[in-house]
Amino acid sequence: MSRLSRRKLITAGLAATAGTAGLAAKLAQRYGLIPPDGGGLYGPGETLTYAAQRLLTRHSLAREFNPNQVSRPPFANEVDPLGDAFKRLQEGGFADWRLTVDGMVLRPASFSLGELKSFPRRSQITHLACEEGWSYIAEWMGVPLSHVLDVVGTLPEARYVVYRSIQTDWWESIDMADALHPQTLVAHGMNGGELPVAFGGPLRLRVPRQLGYKSVKYITRLTITDNLKRFGKGLGSASPEGGYAWYAGI
Amino acid sequence: MADSVWGPISASAAPATTVRPRHSVVVRATHWITTLCFLALLVSGVEILISHPRFYWGEAGNVLTPPLFKLPIPASRATVPTGYGYVLPDQNGWSRYLHFQSAWAAVLTGLLYVVFGLLNGHFRRNLLPARADLSWKGLSAVIAQHLRLRPASEDDAGSYNVLQRITYLLVIFVLFPLVVWTGLAMSPAIASAFPAAVAVLGGQQSARTIHFFVSVLLVLFLLVHVVMICLTGFRNRMRAMISGRVAPDMDRI
Repeated sequence: MSRLSRRKLITAGLAATAGTAGLAAKLAQRYGLIPPDGGGLYGPGETLTYAAQRLLTRHSLAREFNPNQVSRPPFANEVDPLGDAFKRLQEGGFADWRLTVDGMVLRPASFSLGELKSFPRRSQITHLACEEGWSYIAEWMGVPLSHVLDVVGTLPEARYVVYRSIQTDWWESIDMADALHPQTLVAHGMNGGELPVAFGGPLRLRVPRQLGYKSVKYITRLTITDNLKRFGKGLGSASPEGGYAWYAGI
Repeated sequence: MADSVWGPISASAAPATTVRPRHSVVVRATHWITTLCFLALLVSGVEILISHPRFYWGEAGNVLTPPLFKLPIPASRATVPTGYGYVLPDQNGWSRYLHFQSAWAAVLTGLLYVVFGLLNGHFRRNLLPARADLSWKGLSAVIAQHLRLRPASEDDAGSYNVLQRITYLLVIFVLFPLVVWTGLAMSPAIASAFPAAVAVLGGQQSARTIHFFVSVLLVLFLLVHVVMICLTGFRNRMRAMISGRVAPDMDRI
């Protein structure tokens, strides 16, 4: 009798777990809590992390620090060699650098660096942590991505912003919670000066609530979309294609 | 009837031999799931660690910052000056995926274990040391017995001695929560939602350093745990944690 009841309890327990997981997956799908790399072997863990962090951190602000906490000097991670196209723009003082914004917007546009610098600015001292374990604190200045999205007029169906670098191997995407977040910047300044090339200048997308690899350097194009399946291998960004998680809030 | 799941298997369920009930099914299931998770966390954690085997205190730290200490091992990133002439292959992608998935499994399993343990009196009955055992006399007697490598008494096959109780309680209620907390404190998103949870630890690099030391303590626990299992009768202890029963006469096998 004891064995029977145990078997029943284990069966019931497993059934309840499967049922709860199934229901949770349905709800997660409904509320956009499944990341684009939410399939496969590590899908359950990624989905739990993304869903839990989205529920807890949708509006939370990244910590901002005092000027005396800025890391001096900050550490510039290695970058792949910059090609001829970059060097030509650099020789012209990046006057011809442009950020194209297209996709699900009312008014597709292409902004020069000068135009972006004339937009309202925000400056913040935040922590940048690399997935490797090191970090630094720096002051970042730029135009909030939400302002750029306002200027072009995103459609209500928009769910993600895909951003690309002049280094074509690097492209990333973030959801609208991060895209509209007040601290997500199209950064063009750092520590009181121009954004140095080693740190992503002239333009870098700074996403302070995610690890460093989501803050792509040398950005040239933003594409607003409702479906990441159309980009690359459909996993959301270059990171999952290289074996790294799409969501890097942890 | 419910005993079989909620507590040790009732005596009536065991055959009428010297075989006695030992661990409940919840304890056994959560024990082995946690074991698997811990090994996955350990392997992936070491892989992540070798991408930057330097430790700092405070909020920020990188190769331009003086480290608190560094491990004398090669790294999987060329930017880290290690003194070795080579760079190990990058394994961080799958390591991070596996680390967080195992962490979720371990935390959910741990919650299940704690809820069951509180409800069915497992902690009170099996892990909370008796007041008398916590005296200097009681403690020193058990410590002396361990130092002399005297085999466990017959009673120990059916319950835990005071050192085991204290150790298990420390692992379950101090080290495990601390390793989860310091792990979460490294997350930039969690830090944005719960800044105090990072500040209390001294900063995100401090959290990483504490995470490392707590992990070392957990590995030490695992080593001592396995050595003690071997010394006190590997087959019977394994049998107790797999089938839930012990045969006292098998203790010394």
